Amino acid sequence: MAVTDSTTLGQLSASRRLKNASATVMVTAAFGLALVPLVWLGWTVISKGIDRFFVDSNGEHNFNLDFLQQSMRGVVGGVPTGGALHAIWGTVLITLTTALISVPIGVLAAIYLVEYGRGHVKRAVTFFVDVMTGIPSIVAGLFAYALAAVIMGPGTKTGFVGAIALSVLMIPVVVRASEEMLRLVPNELREASYALGVPKWLTVIKVVLRTAVAGLATAVTLAIARVIGETAPLLIAVGFADSMNLNIFDGRMMTLPVYIVSEWRKGEAVCNDPSVPCIPEITEYRAWAAALVLILIVMALNLVARLISRLFAPKTGR
Amino acid sequence: MTQTQAHRATAAPPAPLEASRPSRANTAFAGVSTTAAVVILVVLAAVASFLLVEAWPAITDTATLNKNVTWIRPEQGQSLMEITGYLLFGTLLISAIALLIATPLSIGIALFISHYAPRRLAAGLGYLIDLLAAIPSVVYGLWGAIVFVPALRPFFAWLTNTFGWFPLFAPDPATGTASPTGRVALAAGIVLAIMIIPIITAVTREVFLQTPKLHEEAALAMGATRWEMVRMAVFPFARSGIIGATMLGLGRALGETMAVYMILSGGLTYSWGILQSGKHDTVAAYIASQFPEANNWGVSALIAMGLALFIITLLVNMLARWIVSRRAEFSGAN
Repeated sequence: MAVTDSTTLGQLSASRRLKNASATVMVTAAFGLALVPLVWLGWTVISKGIDRFFVDSNGEHNFNLDFLQQSMRGVVGGVPTGGALHAIWGTVLITLTTALISVPIGVLAAIYLVEYGRGHVKRAVTFFVDVMTGIPSIVAGLFAYALAAVIMGPGTKTGFVGAIALSVLMIPVVVRASEEMLRLVPNELREASYALGVPKWLTVIKVVLRTAVAGLATAVTLAIARVIGETAPLLIAVGFADSMNLNIFDGRMMTLPVYIVSEWRKGEAVCNDPSVPCIPEITEYRAWAAALVLILIVMALNLVARLISRLFAPKTGR
Repeated sequence: MTQTQAHRATAAPPAPLEASRPSRANTAFAGVSTTAAVVILVVLAAVASFLLVEAWPAITDTATLNKNVTWIRPEQGQSLMEITGYLLFGTLLISAIALLIATPLSIGIALFISHYAPRRLAAGLGYLIDLLAAIPSVVYGLWGAIVFVPALRPFFAWLTNTFGWFPLFAPDPATGTASPTGRVALAAGIVLAIMIIPIITAVTREVFLQTPKLHEEAALAMGATRWEMVRMAVFPFARSGIIGATMLGLGRALGETMAVYMILSGGLTYSWGILQSGKHDTVAAYIASQFPEANNWGVSALIAMGLALFIITLLVNMLARWIVSRRAEFSGAN
């Protein structure tokens, strides 16, 4: 009984015990501190984001979904109408185009790295993919703008140019994640396929890719979630727009992140005419509502990614 | 007999096909995937060269540039080179603030997840930190500008009143107080710190988890407390990983645009007063604010700045990757 708090090594000195305890407290506090902005930001976006949905076109307090059904065409001053439909469409179209460009290149490059790559080229690609993940997003935007300026003339801003900018940011993410997924495919599966006389390319397509498909889908979804919130490149390569534009090859488009910035920059609206419904804070309402929609999309994508990886994970039987 | 002939007739043709087609398909498929990999190298080279092409007029023809761009004022000490100098100073200063805040916190968080939290909770807690990385930077900017920075104002005022003698926290000479708006370098640095914490944490956590179990158990068996075990076994093993992770965070902080653009009230000086507004600006935020209204020459000048930012982040990232990859070789533990 008496020996329980002292070991053969003797008792811990007070200073050692104190140091150990304070380290534990500080490490735990660091984690707690990191949760503060997460909770604070999440709560702010939710509580302020719903404001816009409770203002109808007469300025009354009624729930409505105008924000998701209207563009900003002809909306001026503090009129309590106007939404982000055009921005949602822009985000969806540009992100889809980005995915169409980045996913084939990214997955094929990952296949190269895992199945074919060897020597200097492989090492160079691995290294520069890592370096590419660090390209500042605004530089990607400037690159796409410069590319469009050289090929199609200065000042070309279209959704497609924005998709090129986002692809520069998305490709390395897809490569990194897919490479990891392909490496998880056990070599025994490849060898079994070769033993049956299946050529290498069919083995890659029918065995390796099929085994890794859930992981690849997860990787792609997470990569999309990463680029869907990018603002700076789109600000530069796509610009602003107030009305619907569904043609990514012609004219400027609005996207959700840029919509947030442009509404925020308008500042408080001025209300002079009492006969017209007018809310000074409507621009801020719209910005928060767009932030809420954007975060919900990102979180939904993250959730989908998690579901895919859980539901379709290959059954190894082990 | 007809049956065997028929059988042979159907069975025979595929054989040569199988022999010739797969080899062609094999090379084709290998070629396609190699091309995709090489495309990545080409894209990186294209980024550098197209930026250079578009920036070239601004770099070489300074006289025309000065005439055509209103915000370039050589007579007031604001030529393109000088502006870029101010901006690089601001970028480095704000990134340094962010790193100073984020690195110790991230090490603590990573340590908590890898060595302190109950093992069953660890994965979920790691996911919570990853959520911080999933929030778009523009939302951080909006939150920072409207909610967080106003909340920080009293803290800034207290900092100036108490530590105003220290050059970093010096009050604005014009008013004698901290900036009333709170849109200062320290505010931008704090928000950037929140944004890079998940990046540094993710890498550091991985490195901490790779500490050889035997080293840890040996330390504990010698009677070390948990903290002593961390100092003796985990930190020495993870040192280069921590440095690399920090530099990855630096790379992200250097290029971050929207949060700084929305929070900082910009200005061009070499001031150390991080509690004074209108004194600093970053390259990325400056480009974002000037770009929409810029003419052709202005765009060329901004792209030149972007090129400078690209080169600096490239160097930082290459150094970081090199340090992180070196760890794999020097850890002879397994």
